[in-house]
Amino acid sequence: MSGQPPLLELVELVRHFPVRNAFGRRTGWIRAVDGVSLAVYPGETIGLVGESGCGKSTLGKTVMGIHAPTAGDIRFAGREIGRLPPRERRAIARDLQYVYQDPGASLDPRWKVLHSLHEPLKIHTRLSHAEREQQVRAILAAVGLPDAHLDHYPHELSGGQQRRVGLARILTLRPRMVILDEPTSGLDVSVQASVLKLVRALQQAFALTYVFISHDLAVVRAMCARIAVMYLGKLVEVGDTAAVFEEPRHPYTRSLLAAVPRIGGRRVTLDFALEGEPPNPRDVPSGCRFRTRCPLVQDRCAVEEPPLREVDGRRVACHFA
Amino acid sequence: MAELLSVRGLRVDFVTDGGVAQVLDGINLDVGRGEVVGLVGESGCGKTTLARAILGILPAGAARVRGGEVRFRGADLLRQDPAVLNARVRGKAITFIPQDPSTSLSPLFPVQTQIMDLMKWKSPRAGNGAGARWPLWRYPRGRYHADREAVLEALRAVQIPEPARALRRLPHEFSGGQRQRLMIAMALLPQPDLIIADEPTTALDVTIQAQILRLLRELVKARGVSVLFTTHDLGTAHEICDRVVVMYAGQEMEAAPTEAFFARPAHPYTRRLLASVPTATGELRDIPGDVPSLVAPPPGCRFHPRCEYATPECQARPALRALAPDHGVRCHHPVDGPVGIGA
Repeated sequence: MSGQPPLLELVELVRHFPVRNAFGRRTGWIRAVDGVSLAVYPGETIGLVGESGCGKSTLGKTVMGIHAPTAGDIRFAGREIGRLPPRERRAIARDLQYVYQDPGASLDPRWKVLHSLHEPLKIHTRLSHAEREQQVRAILAAVGLPDAHLDHYPHELSGGQQRRVGLARILTLRPRMVILDEPTSGLDVSVQASVLKLVRALQQAFALTYVFISHDLAVVRAMCARIAVMYLGKLVEVGDTAAVFEEPRHPYTRSLLAAVPRIGGRRVTLDFALEGEPPNPRDVPSGCRFRTRCPLVQDRCAVEEPPLREVDGRRVACHFA
Repeated sequence: MAELLSVRGLRVDFVTDGGVAQVLDGINLDVGRGEVVGLVGESGCGKTTLARAILGILPAGAARVRGGEVRFRGADLLRQDPAVLNARVRGKAITFIPQDPSTSLSPLFPVQTQIMDLMKWKSPRAGNGAGARWPLWRYPRGRYHADREAVLEALRAVQIPEPARALRRLPHEFSGGQRQRLMIAMALLPQPDLIIADEPTTALDVTIQAQILRLLRELVKARGVSVLFTTHDLGTAHEICDRVVVMYAGQEMEAAPTEAFFARPAHPYTRRLLASVPTATGELRDIPGDVPSLVAPPPGCRFHPRCEYATPECQARPALRALAPDHGVRCHHPVDGPVGIGA
């Protein structure tokens, strides 16, 4: 894996949002993504996990060009894409696609599925109607939906079917990399299993690279070979999923994993110790961001921000890892 | 164990544009005193409808109760005078914790106003229905102060820092986890016998969920309150419940103590559901087929069109079969042995 150059490389990526008062004066910054460096290799699935508000969706959207980066580089296939003019940036969109969290909201309610599936091809290719029609039907079959669904409106589809249409819509362009933002949130476990199976089969069929954003650790564990844990806009631990789940090195990762209910085992709530809630990203603590909730906290943590450093083949941002 | 709540053969239909949907089809459910019962099922299986039927807050125009009974402390709630129900049961003996606390608090009023409004009518000191029919009825001073003390006590119990100051704040000044703590406090304040919690942790992050589940379980166990906890997340059910009931398309399929439910599930649907939880090995198993339409449901056991063990016998609804004293399954072909699920 590491023999190949990364397909996507983020270098100290920063995205801040201004906070303004009633008069339009800036009163502060929300530091949603605050210096993230990460490499994604061709053909892999990397999981990006963290609690709500930690900046994982902002990171995905910044890579997609929905938000402009405040600082730092986004390199896709060796090329810096964060500061391209819109026209050139649009050409990249064919290769780099984003699956929204709620496809029910991202599909136009007044368009039939057919129309929604044609749209990306109309924008990005010069295919004739007949050629487009052929591609659309092929993709629809690949995501496991019958042709009859082409004439349905989004509200006539179930949640699982909407996800399938969402996947079909981005696959019509044959992208190289797909960012999946919470692809199964809001689905029942049995439907979730079938959607995840499909996501996996499509990766094989279309040679895709996935960035899998999720807050569900069980799903990430099942789907991803590598995992990156985010807390308040920074990565705290990056490594092989199996190793991280086996022996998490960062205290936050440890707490996060400890909170996941384990069916059949001892109740995790009996031993769960993490107190409090994540601080406001407007008002990030000095030094290590996790120190306000960390069980291992010492004076040093308030002064010195721990860098993301190499420990046993993974990267951890903690003084005591 | 003396049953606090027992639902027998409850049938509820909803009138929709597409026809009459049979949302609950002869549901049976028992909740004992001091017991936390999990009601597990996928979306659309009727969990929320059942919870609403117990509370008597089904939408009046669309829902029809076609049969069955809801016995609470021995009396059938479906056949009781609505005024009595309002004064003595709903919000007092049975309270509710909603799924999404942000839509259950008014954004315009401080939390104090909203909690004291609740206490004005539903406080345990209010007596049965005192002033309930008279909207301009004044809140007696003495009771107000006693109730306010109780509110502060409850906020301390749910670990809201600085309760007196917290009461003056508006709902948006609380985080999602804290708002859910407020809802738990409000559900406990009338000193109910039963709390119906409708997916109270679905909107929360795992670390907050773990805190809330632990808090809720400690509080209800200390006070001996029963809880009917609906959820679609099997892990959550494992964390908090003493007993689990699984529902599918408006029918209850299996009821068992939590340990037996996860270790030796007997209904083919339960086994399939447990197997579809993602495992450490990365194996994914879904349930083939789709949930049936409730307008034209399959006869008998509603799971049989998707069931690998189905026989013509399954066209008739199986009777309850007791596998162990507390473990009942409604299936003609219960399966023995543990289901292979990982960590």
